[in-house]
Amino acid sequence: MLLIPCPHCGPRALAEFTFERPVESIVPLDASTEAAVAHLYTRENPRGPSWELWRHAYGCRAWLRIQRDTATHAILATEPMERRP
Amino acid sequence: MNRPGPWENVGASSSKYGLCRPDDAFAPDTPPMKRYSALGLLRGGFDGHRRWPKAWRAADPRPAYDVVIVGGGGHGLATAYYLAKVHKVGRIAVLEKNWIGGGNAGRNTTIVRSNYRLPQSQALLELSLKLWEGLSDELNYNVMFSQRGALFLGHSDADMTRLAERGDALRCNGVDAELLTRDQVGRLIPLLDLSPTARFPVQGGLIQRRGGTARHDAVVWGYARAADALGVDVIQNCEVTGLTIEGGRITGVSTTRGDIAAGRVGLCATGGSSRLAAMAGLRLPIECHNLQAFVSEPVKPMIDTVIMSQSIHCYISQSDKGEIVLGGDPDLYPTYAQRGLSMRIEDVAAQAIGLVPALSRLRMLRSWAGTTDMSFDGSPIIGPTPVNDLFLNAGWCYGGFKATPGSGWMYADLLATGRPHPTIAPFALDRFERGATIDEAGVGPMPHHR
Repeated sequence: MLLIPCPHCGPRALAEFTFERPVESIVPLDASTEAAVAHLYTRENPRGPSWELWRHAYGCRAWLRIQRDTATHAILATEPMERRP
Repeated sequence: MNRPGPWENVGASSSKYGLCRPDDAFAPDTPPMKRYSALGLLRGGFDGHRRWPKAWRAADPRPAYDVVIVGGGGHGLATAYYLAKVHKVGRIAVLEKNWIGGGNAGRNTTIVRSNYRLPQSQALLELSLKLWEGLSDELNYNVMFSQRGALFLGHSDADMTRLAERGDALRCNGVDAELLTRDQVGRLIPLLDLSPTARFPVQGGLIQRRGGTARHDAVVWGYARAADALGVDVIQNCEVTGLTIEGGRITGVSTTRGDIAAGRVGLCATGGSSRLAAMAGLRLPIECHNLQAFVSEPVKPMIDTVIMSQSIHCYISQSDKGEIVLGGDPDLYPTYAQRGLSMRIEDVAAQAIGLVPALSRLRMLRSWAGTTDMSFDGSPIIGPTPVNDLFLNAGWCYGGFKATPGSGWMYADLLATGRPHPTIAPFALDRFERGATIDEAGVGPMPHHR
């Protein structure tokens, strides 16, 4: 079970969170059709650090950016969604 | 350390931890394949079964092959076998990073069925099921395919409507399906909780009587042995580290055991698909997730059907050794860790006990997890890639085991001819950008919501 440090609530159990999608799958508003398709339907799918969108669904309900290692499950960084453009 | 070899009939469990290591198990100069028979078994009994030849050679990589298959799981080895047997391709190598069958071929719940909802899936899986039905004879190797029936439970009116719709679709396309009433389900599985207060009330079910289970390791070893007898080099401990691409065409692979030239290369390595494709500059519509399974201590026969519930996502079967095999939800976030969440064990146990209360008396022996290639529509990807002579077989989500023979048959056809057979043409890599998805569950392009 992962212990995820929510920037608002502190360390909370994985069961309170839902994984939403990798950050790379967000389509920029000005993307061309080809770029939009690439964002939506392809993944780097890294074995290692990966930036992801999570939601503290059964806690403060905030959306979070989490950098997580997909091989070791180490949480490398968490930040509120609004911190970046 | 004395580890079991693949020709010894070790139990379903031992493959998880007592996996045979190539260096211990295989000698380089082995005599040609000896056909297994009842008479041979009897004869072997007279000398204590000490003179059985190795099941396959420990092949070393040669400088060049006509076809190189990356990944020595069930699909890769089946592909090699059919390439040699059906298409008479001369020089074939299967490159395996670890030991054959050590990945998802040894981590599934061994369920075989073809009762899918969409016609594209039905065609591919029904081909596979027909191959399963003759596989032990074909390979001269007992894959312990047991057609004990695969039953979906229906827990509500909506479930029964959905199952009836699926049953109709299956029967229209010539695949067996039978809608069962609650009483029929009860007669089939007396231990199921059919009481009015059941946690998961059962209204009926849809059964595919030709479905069932097979022995996962035997499938891998049977294909490896049969392919080896046809001259295929099964090369273990050989990890692909690079793909050589010249002018938009693949010409070979770099491995930890040297460079190998290849006429055609077929990627067939679940859990490694994205990394291998990245070596060719490709990004795939795949996320890697985790799926767990568990077994209990072995008990006397108590469940002789595969029980599945898609509404609560739990599946229950009993292995020939007597262990109750349980599977459930994936962990729902991307991972390569091959170890599952502890809370998922609790979820699955609770669901299984809700369906079959007698299971509450059993102790769980082991749990394990495999890395699944989750595609964006829940269906596999088999076809050419933008790189000439490089082909892809990936994205089987958590339904790859049942497809082993059919996937191998079709991938062999693709690697031999270079053109997708009509059966696999819908499973092309570019179907997402064309909007031609094969979305069995109808949930949209979300890999972790399959």
